[in-house]
Amino acid sequence: MAERSILFEPDDKYNAFLRVCNKPSYTEGKLAGVAVAVKDNISTRGIETTCASRILKGYVPPYDARAVELLRNAGAAIAGKTNMDEFGMGTTTENSAFGPTLNPCDTGRVPGGSSGGSAAAIAGGMVQMALGTDTGGSIRCPAAFCGIVGLKPSYGRVSRYGLIAYANSLEQIGPMGKSVSDVSTLMEVIAGHDRHDSTTHDRPYTHTPHADIKGLKIGIPQEYFGEGVDPAVADVVKKAIGRLEELGTTTVPCNIPSMKYALAAYYVTCTCEASSNLARFDGVRYGPAADTKRSWHEAYQEVRSAAFGTEVRRRIMLGTFALSSGYYGKYYAKAQVTRENIKADFNRIFKDVDVIAGPTMPTIAFKMKEKSDPLSMYLADILTVPANLAGIPAISVPCGKSEGMPVGLQIMGRMFEDERIVDVAYAYEQAVN
Amino acid sequence: MADAEDQVIVGLEVHCQLDTKSKLFCGCDTDYRSDGPNTHVCPICLGLPGAMPSLNKKAIEYAMRVAKALNCTVIHESEFSRKNYFYPDLDKAYQITQYDKPLAEGGYLEIESDEGGERKIRLTRIHVEEDPGRLVHMGNVERGKYSLVDYNRAGIPLIEIVSEPDMRSPKEARKFLNKLRATLEYLSVFDSEKEGSLRVDANISIKGNERVEVKNITSYKGVEKALLFEVTRQKNLIRRGQRIERETRHYLEARGVTQSARSKEMENDYRYFPEPDLRPLRVKSWVEGIVLPELPDARRERFIAEYGCSLNHARTLTGELKLANFFEKVVASDPKGLSPLAATWIADTLIGELNYRDMDLDPVDPESFTELVRVLKAGTITDKSGVDVLRVMLDQRLKNETRETPAGIVARLNLAKTDGDTGAITAAIEEAINENLKALEDYRAGKGGALNFLVGQVMKKTRGKADPAELNRMLTDALKKREA
Ligand SMILES: [Zn+2]
Repeated sequence: MAERSILFEPDDKYNAFLRVCNKPSYTEGKLAGVAVAVKDNISTRGIETTCASRILKGYVPPYDARAVELLRNAGAAIAGKTNMDEFGMGTTTENSAFGPTLNPCDTGRVPGGSSGGSAAAIAGGMVQMALGTDTGGSIRCPAAFCGIVGLKPSYGRVSRYGLIAYANSLEQIGPMGKSVSDVSTLMEVIAGHDRHDSTTHDRPYTHTPHADIKGLKIGIPQEYFGEGVDPAVADVVKKAIGRLEELGTTTVPCNIPSMKYALAAYYVTCTCEASSNLARFDGVRYGPAADTKRSWHEAYQEVRSAAFGTEVRRRIMLGTFALSSGYYGKYYAKAQVTRENIKADFNRIFKDVDVIAGPTMPTIAFKMKEKSDPLSMYLADILTVPANLAGIPAISVPCGKSEGMPVGLQIMGRMFEDERIVDVAYAYEQAVN
Repeated sequence: MADAEDQVIVGLEVHCQLDTKSKLFCGCDTDYRSDGPNTHVCPICLGLPGAMPSLNKKAIEYAMRVAKALNCTVIHESEFSRKNYFYPDLDKAYQITQYDKPLAEGGYLEIESDEGGERKIRLTRIHVEEDPGRLVHMGNVERGKYSLVDYNRAGIPLIEIVSEPDMRSPKEARKFLNKLRATLEYLSVFDSEKEGSLRVDANISIKGNERVEVKNITSYKGVEKALLFEVTRQKNLIRRGQRIERETRHYLEARGVTQSARSKEMENDYRYFPEPDLRPLRVKSWVEGIVLPELPDARRERFIAEYGCSLNHARTLTGELKLANFFEKVVASDPKGLSPLAATWIADTLIGELNYRDMDLDPVDPESFTELVRVLKAGTITDKSGVDVLRVMLDQRLKNETRETPAGIVARLNLAKTDGDTGAITAAIEEAINENLKALEDYRAGKGGALNFLVGQVMKKTRGKADPAELNRMLTDALKKREA
């Protein structure tokens, strides 16, 4: 197969990229010659991959993540690695060791996170599509804040092999793009079973979005329009749901009572898993070399204290505590029970409705440095984490503006019914354009 | 059997490497021992960021064979967990193991008790886990300049077999290990000859006192030695009225002693939680389909029934797969005719001679041994000459010299029995008596030792060719003649 290359020299005013590949090669295929940006926590053979952390500075993976391998096989040109919150821990991309990414819609605001670099690269017109990862909303939040489309696939539909794990049981690699069609095309390339990821299912995605959604029943959870949700944002989303009704769908109010425990379950699960996943970064094999005159325990401590950012250290400590002897049952085990309750709530609702719709984020993009305390930052994830806890697919599609900033409409579907939520998003997009 | 006041109580945790072709969670070749460091590695067993484990089904099948053979209950849905701790040889900073849902529970292994009968040692559980890498210290641990890490071993499948504290002596612990090794070998899941393929942690206490964990025992003999050391140490403490601390001790193989581990090193909180990258392990229909080969106990009973072996011989011969196979090959051409003699000569003589030379059975071909047994059975050489022939055979193999046949050795050394050639023996007897008139006097004085002494002298002169019974008779006659 003839290998060619494209010229990729973006004017990156938003610090969307950590590394740009100026002359990426490509081959024949569905995405022949299309520049695709890849979030920096996805392994790319021969291209430095840091998770926006100092501890991985200089780490060049010797292998491609399965999703990247599939991209290359489809002819895509890997355009570069995008900025993110360090190891995916954040909602603003301010937690990058290499400086924040700016929101192309308003450079005084954050692009959302943690896949903020990928979203800004698309919204800023540098690439048409990008890979992000979504652990608790990390694709959908920046999609909503930057006015693009982002899909968190059903858990197990896209291989995580090569995704540098933050919270294995919650996260998925997913497509981000300017349009629903872009997202659907990218999803078709990256989805499918992978023998290297035992949590994948044999559920390939071969789907062309279509806009006929007549007769569909849409659940509207009361919790998605309640306390903590900016009324102006809620209004924009309600209007968007009105458009869906005009397309022949009916809406049904519903409740997700388990949602009041969702954030707690989410933060316990992700910090526990992170504390284990990130333990291997010790300065021996990755990151700044340990001072070998010290005993190895002390050397580990020094390297890890210096090279991890504040938020990463906070989450490692929370997770370490929650897993420690005598606390497992109180935290991790309980969080898993909550996850089962949330799944049960969704299953119950999905008996009556085909999809669930609501806002992606409770507010528009925050101003830079607006969220200074971690707790208020964590609260911003309330509408996105339920889909991760349940493993179900969720998509964010732009649905209007508030204070001149984009608002995202979130559509969640039954397990493995990613095609259906793509159709709903596509129908909406076609109706308003 | 009621335990005595100072009864020794031992429980073992045995780690065995499963002899699969590839590692537990990746495709890397497990045959790393003769290759350079870090040559059998990939992103998965190096724990590179983003790499994920995928389970080697063969390892699970091997583990289930063991579980079935040891009479365990295989749990239909088990689970892998992460054991989190920092150590430079641990690539991911956690070990994937099984914690609260192991592959199998219960079960037992029968060993020969110190009193002679069979005794059941109960098992607690069997679980599957990955081996960590290995540290190579440049210089010694304390003062070495640096250490290097070799990940060739990382990801080799291990099973951990945990026993109940049912053993009552270091000797029983050794018997348990030997029986376990034999069973694993019969199952074709384990190669005991691979360096480091077995590691043991032992819990040992004296009844009514705290127990001590001895870690890091890496040889079969080491287990008995380490435990004997502990028994003496603990009993001495008790005798002096001191308390036994509940602690972990390391076994220092070279010095044969145990040493208290620095307590800080052991203050680990492993923060177990289910491995999110692997699905629960469901084996219900799989385990039902597993068929076991003949195991040591069954083979022992068969050796008694089929070959007429004594219980002790049958136990020895079947106690090692190689030895049992060797025996059956030796007698294959004429089981009825050769078995009794072959059993004695293998179980008693051959093993002793091999151990004396610290030699392996492998170089000894069953065909040559069959020939030796045939020569012995024909009665053309004495048992003593038989031993000489065997020694020559073993030495030639050990030194890699040209191998002679047993018949060839008999001929070269002129070992054929002097049957019928009573003249030579008579002459030797006369010579022996004449050279040792003091012995003749002693014999006359009724000193029993004198006869044996003279038998030895004559044997020396006939180079062992005289049949001992015959010689005895002739010598007694000769002595009586002189008396007259
Ligand atoms: Zn490997």
